[in-house]
Amino acid sequence: MRSLPHDRRKLLAIYLGGVVGALIRVGLAEAASTSPGQWPWATFVANMAGALLLGYFFALFREHPPQSLNHPFLGIGLCGTLTTFSTMQLELYEMVDGGHPGLAAAYAAITVAAGYLCVRVGIGLERRRGESIGGYTEFPRGDRR
Amino acid sequence: MTLPGWIAVGLLGGVAAAARFAIDAEIAARTDSELPLGILAINLSGALALGIAAGAVLDGEALVIVAGGGIGSFTTFSTWILDSHRLGEAGLARLAWLNIALPLAAGFAAVAFGHWLGGAL
Repeated sequence: MRSLPHDRRKLLAIYLGGVVGALIRVGLAEAASTSPGQWPWATFVANMAGALLLGYFFALFREHPPQSLNHPFLGIGLCGTLTTFSTMQLELYEMVDGGHPGLAAAYAAITVAAGYLCVRVGIGLERRRGESIGGYTEFPRGDRR
Repeated sequence: MTLPGWIAVGLLGGVAAAARFAIDAEIAARTDSELPLGILAINLSGALALGIAAGAVLDGEALVIVAGGGIGSFTTFSTWILDSHRLGEAGLARLAWLNIALPLAAGFAAVAFGHWLGGAL
């Protein structure tokens, strides 16, 4: 892998992360399939887990050099692929189409709000970890509160 | 799901992730906007494609492979939300809200249109 040019290695890292992310998300969907009248737990759990992890990785790898493959593999590949926008939108459409507009509104609002919270919690967890090990972690500019 | 089905899901998931990265980078290089237009274009085109796939005759394992492995992997929730968070933290609250509301509304319309289109095919 070292002999490959960096762009190729980066694409390969993203590809491998994507394989894992897709298998986990589809595995969850197969294990817990739901009808349009039910809360889509599989998609919801995948999206929340991916948002939390991406917040954490975003903060953790922020200072890594551009040639590092950590963010391509874990951030873009794994988290980007574990989570999905299109499936959530199809579920919303099927809820409305199936006569459950209230559930659709709740699903959209809670997914966005909880996803936002998960990103924040992920970033916060990384910051606390950085402080607890006494290491110096420059917190991303613009993300300081 | 059969074993070949799972293999197809994994292979398509990897291709979709690499395509998402490459297309996002291309769009980011050609546009000058605070809004993450690459992810927006990816998520909306994916929503349209998924609507078509679900509205068309695809079902069973073929739908899981195409929809879950391919299209579901191409689009992303986590990056969309992280980008919105970063816009907010950068003091661009309006853009952050726009980046939430626009894909949410347009994505729904894209799925609905795709579903109709897929059914008509």
